[in-house]
Amino acid sequence: MNSVLAAKDLHLVLNGRNVFTIDNLTLLDGEVMALVGPNGAGKSSLLLTLALLQTPTQGTIVFKGQTVSRENLFSFRRRMALVFREALLIDTTVSRNITIALRIRGISGHEASIRRERWLERFGIIHLARRQARQLSGGEAQRASLARAFALEPEVLFLDEPFASLDYPTRKALLKDLGGILREMGMTAVFVTHDPTEIPYLATRVGVLHNGCIIKLGTVQEVLGSELPDIKELSLWPD
Amino acid sequence: MGVIADGFKEAFRLLVTLNDEVLGITLRTIQVSGASTLISVLLGIPAGTVVALNRFFGRGFLINLINFGMGLAPVVVGLAVWLCFSRYGPMGMLDLLYTPTAMVVAQTIIAFPVVTGLTLAAIQSVNPKMRLQMLGLGATRGQYFLLLIWEGRLGILAAIIAGFGRVISEVGASMMVGGNVRGYTRVLTTATVMEIGKGRFELATALSILLLLLNFFIVSVMSHLQQRGKN
Repeated sequence: MNSVLAAKDLHLVLNGRNVFTIDNLTLLDGEVMALVGPNGAGKSSLLLTLALLQTPTQGTIVFKGQTVSRENLFSFRRRMALVFREALLIDTTVSRNITIALRIRGISGHEASIRRERWLERFGIIHLARRQARQLSGGEAQRASLARAFALEPEVLFLDEPFASLDYPTRKALLKDLGGILREMGMTAVFVTHDPTEIPYLATRVGVLHNGCIIKLGTVQEVLGSELPDIKELSLWPD
Repeated sequence: MGVIADGFKEAFRLLVTLNDEVLGITLRTIQVSGASTLISVLLGIPAGTVVALNRFFGRGFLINLINFGMGLAPVVVGLAVWLCFSRYGPMGMLDLLYTPTAMVVAQTIIAFPVVTGLTLAAIQSVNPKMRLQMLGLGATRGQYFLLLIWEGRLGILAAIIAGFGRVISEVGASMMVGGNVRGYTRVLTTATVMEIGKGRFELATALSILLLLLNFFIVSVMSHLQQRGKN
């Protein structure tokens, strides 16, 4: 498989604090990598850096064979999409949220309409198309946020704890749907979580971060091992 | 009570009979305060947004200055503009003193910090992660700016309402740089002050009522837009 995104000697220092140091991290085409670890491990900062929204203190990021620089950063950013813990929808209808996102990327008219319908349908929220984003429940809003990201047809999708603020039944339903869609699309994605139970639903590879360093990296089976069925009890990182 | 009642009667009569002079004064008030508010909005919204989004040396001092400007005394602004535009002032050659343009300049100086300061607060109140999300969507600088304005629109409309309210009700600066010239720079506030000076309290009350009605009407339209945006 080809490398989609690679980080080399990536280092981030914020306010004098070492946030992360990553010697080498490669994201392959079609794989979903979970970044797990305790609070403050540097997961979200690493995700934002890989999503080209945080400038690293040093190091290089290579996107599809091209080194990311100040000149090409914007065009590469437009080939990615991001979903946060909060849905962060624009204060308008669900439908217009997707339309605006597509228009930002220069997609309008018939093509935009097809994508909008398709992804609203796929995430089961077509009936909410005309609803104001602020009137949605947490689960509905997160579905709308995911539909918006998928409608952009990104080459890499970044998910920063997208289920953390949802209740258990909503989270489980969304995890199942999203896992199915990611596999069906063969989407390349990175998702951050501090909940190991989410990993088997979505990920093909897992990186465990602790104090800004990747201390374990491997397939879900390799990292979670025989404890996989009992993942709720897992302790993946040192205290 | 008699003066107020007579003032209401006079205001009603002036409105119904469409008195030419009062109509002219009212239209001039709208033109001068409308133009200064518009210029303040065009300058203040980008300025407030830039200060809200960027970190630079002296930013704290600049914010202090903007907040200080929100309470600037109109008469002081009037004096400063008068000194600039007076015959021997640095901009005396423009020959703008006692013209509506000079009044617009003075009122813009009064409204600009209000619009800028409240826009700054409105943009700062937008969830910082929302800003990241907009950049993550791939927004250009222009698109990012417009999306932020959209998200902060309730606060920004409040900024416009406050800026307009401040200039339409000020009298010191308009009197000083406009001179209250009949048919040229006379506006509702300066006309009211003049009528009080002449002891014509009924007419002064009538003009005040017109000013309040005008202010109420315009602010109501903007409030309607603001609340419609909210819902």
